[in-house]
Amino acid sequence: MRNTIAERIADFLKRYPPFDLLKTSQLSEIAAEVKVIYVEKGKVIFEESQKGHDQFYVVHKGAIDIQRNNNGKIENLDKCDEGDIFGLRPLFAKESYMITSIAAEESILYAIPISIFKPMVLDNQRMGEFLIESFASNTQTPFSKEHHDMLYTGREEAFESTAQLYELQPAHFVKNLVSCTREETVKDVAIKMSQNKVGSVIVIENECPVGIITDKDLRLTIAVGKYPIDVTVDKVMSKPVICYPKGITIAQAQITMMKHNISHICITKDGTPNSKAVGIVSEHDIIVSQGNNPSVLMKAIKRSRKTKDLKNIRSRIMMLLNGYIQHNIPMTHVSKIMFELNDATIKRVIERSILKMDRQPPVKFAWMSLGSQGRKEQLLTTDQDNAIVFQDVKPEELEEVREYFLTLAKKVTKRLNAIGFEYCPADMMASNTRWCLSLKEWKEQFKNWITEAGDDEILLSSIFFDYDISYGDVRLTNELSDTIFKLTNNHKLFVNTLANTALRNPSPLGFFRQFLVESNGEHKDFFDLKKRAIMPITDAARVLILQYQVKNINNTAERFEKLAELEPQNKELYLSCSYASKALLKFRTKQGILHNDSGRFIELDTLTKEEKVKLKRCFKSIHDVQELLKIRFKITAFL
Amino acid sequence: MIRWFKKKEEPEYPEFWKSYAAKFSDKPVQQLEDIRFVVLDTETTGFDFRKDRMLCIGAIGLKNNVIDVADSFEIYIKQERFNPETVAIHGIIRNEKVTMQTEADALTKFLEYIEDAVIVAHHAGFDLGMINHGLKRMHLPNLKNSVLDTMPLYRSTLINSNFVDKTRGYSLDEVAEKLVISTKDRHTAAGDAMITAIAFLKILSKLKKSGATTLKDLLKIR
Repeated sequence: MRNTIAERIADFLKRYPPFDLLKTSQLSEIAAEVKVIYVEKGKVIFEESQKGHDQFYVVHKGAIDIQRNNNGKIENLDKCDEGDIFGLRPLFAKESYMITSIAAEESILYAIPISIFKPMVLDNQRMGEFLIESFASNTQTPFSKEHHDMLYTGREEAFESTAQLYELQPAHFVKNLVSCTREETVKDVAIKMSQNKVGSVIVIENECPVGIITDKDLRLTIAVGKYPIDVTVDKVMSKPVICYPKGITIAQAQITMMKHNISHICITKDGTPNSKAVGIVSEHDIIVSQGNNPSVLMKAIKRSRKTKDLKNIRSRIMMLLNGYIQHNIPMTHVSKIMFELNDATIKRVIERSILKMDRQPPVKFAWMSLGSQGRKEQLLTTDQDNAIVFQDVKPEELEEVREYFLTLAKKVTKRLNAIGFEYCPADMMASNTRWCLSLKEWKEQFKNWITEAGDDEILLSSIFFDYDISYGDVRLTNELSDTIFKLTNNHKLFVNTLANTALRNPSPLGFFRQFLVESNGEHKDFFDLKKRAIMPITDAARVLILQYQVKNINNTAERFEKLAELEPQNKELYLSCSYASKALLKFRTKQGILHNDSGRFIELDTLTKEEKVKLKRCFKSIHDVQELLKIRFKITAFL
Repeated sequence: MIRWFKKKEEPEYPEFWKSYAAKFSDKPVQQLEDIRFVVLDTETTGFDFRKDRMLCIGAIGLKNNVIDVADSFEIYIKQERFNPETVAIHGIIRNEKVTMQTEADALTKFLEYIEDAVIVAHHAGFDLGMINHGLKRMHLPNLKNSVLDTMPLYRSTLINSNFVDKTRGYSLDEVAEKLVISTKDRHTAAGDAMITAIAFLKILSKLKKSGATTLKDLLKIR
């Protein structure tokens, strides 16, 4: 019988070691017996000291964290990605697992039965070696031969802890070298450098490195007028090139760079300049790998070439955020930096998506980020909300142009999703025909929303007061904002309805000053921080600031500060609200980091007394500002 | 005498049907972890239950969140009637070099495979209609299995919002896109069945969080 599914699985496996070493017939035999497992984020596949399964695993989609419990402390040993194998222990020995594997994100795994696989390994020496190496390390840089006999004896010192001694880890090097020959002109090489966005080019002769040109060399020779720009590179290159073999540790690389006062080291096959150049380690990359520096991360984002790179940068951004929160860095500062990093990520994704399209955008357009990113309050990756506005075109061209932007938006949202910005559950995304409109259509849309102010319409238009342009032509969005302000001005009913929606979530405390928790659904008995606290305060800020027609301040805390300036009589209240909005955001971020989610739902039992008091103080401000709204917009008590 | 009250006599069914029917118990298993689901898809010559015929049935078994490739089913059906238009979509060319069966043989094998599993399909009404019409041509009654449709199941996982149209339908492509499932294998019966199976698992994990733990809960969703 033909088995299409097994064929596809075999096609997938074939692309990754060690399966590439198998014969087609063996591969089909395995594929036909594979079990496909779906795991949610956070699900444990196997635990330390659990009995070995009769199968091992290959990651098909998603990522799996490999952890070990080191005296009560959970250590992350490795992250397995698409095509990586894990859970190999039962293949070698009838022992219990010594590591825990847990789904870092929603994943699909292929489970491969050991009973079928093992005989094939015993027949195939090379495959066995590969498996031993990946078993021993589960990292990209396998340990040496120590584990050689393991397959047959089943003894080893598993997992020397490497993660702590950062400096002793091998330096990661860039494998696709940008190179040139001696005869090329400096100008051509400089063009090559800017095209590839690199700071250095290796000069190659017979595959061996004979020199290196860096930004610094250009500055010290060409820019100061020592040589004309059409001189050949061998006149200006630095030589000899400092070379090392692969596996140079970070500490070694750093010391070498300091000693020679250089910023790049060439990796060659045998570590001398007389063998093939295979890669380059730059000071920049070393700093990036240390991870906690926003400007370095920013540069990495701008240089990224793959969605996967951005995803890796993303996890480092999260580490940075974690550090900020732990060190109590002021929230205003933190949210600004996180906003910039997110913004750069989105920009980069759009840039790359446009390159992937078959042509440049037919007309000018702007990509708007809505919701929390628009308010510069998106610290953790939450949902993506976005929209596109494009320049007006002739009616007969409209659909064709829209089609282009929809396709573009699909590419962008898909990549953002892969990076970790989840799809908007209400489909408020530029890839939805309703959110990809021409300027004229948007104006029309707003007119309808504002004049026929039903609750839904208000809600929709209110979202647009908090947008931020992420990419494209700012004139389009400015024109749009002007239209909205013109429409809302003199439209008392609209502003009143908006105030009304700001009150739709009443104060988060019950009559007895207890927390109101969710009464049903997935998060029963949890406290919904977003709905009960963050949304009311955000809504209040929006409607209050709208009265003054203040444009371009989207951040809730900043809005309240502005209000304090505009209404000195309410200064105290507004400043307390500003403080509360920052405190709530921090609270949410902390919870999110703690539980590795969006931080929206809080289990009250896990809070300390102090935290509860702090939260309640924030709620007092929410309550007060809601009272103010009620009076100002004459909203009656029945609401 | 009063013949209307007399139970209509059961026709004598062939052996394979009897053994299929005997698999069903009066008390079907309710806990989702213990149920064998069979996710299936059919490729057909068109959309008319009477005129059109199945070209291929692809199915895969699934139990306790694990899809078992060894428990899969894929069968190609010989055609008396040939509709060139559908060839392009499904890539199944008449008499392509795969073993073909007559419709009756294919369905007999299918009954043997499916047993009392709960059937899952996207727009299940269509696939079931096709299979049941095939059974009818063999003078057999309809399938006895419970059926779940991933379309309304998916729809029920969407948030309650006025911006989400709760009445519209969702194609398998849309569902796959939203749930981030690769659609490389669209338009082969087995490929579609696999996509549907993964979608089903993802949907199931969402529904479980909102309290659906038994088959009954799922069957209620329309």
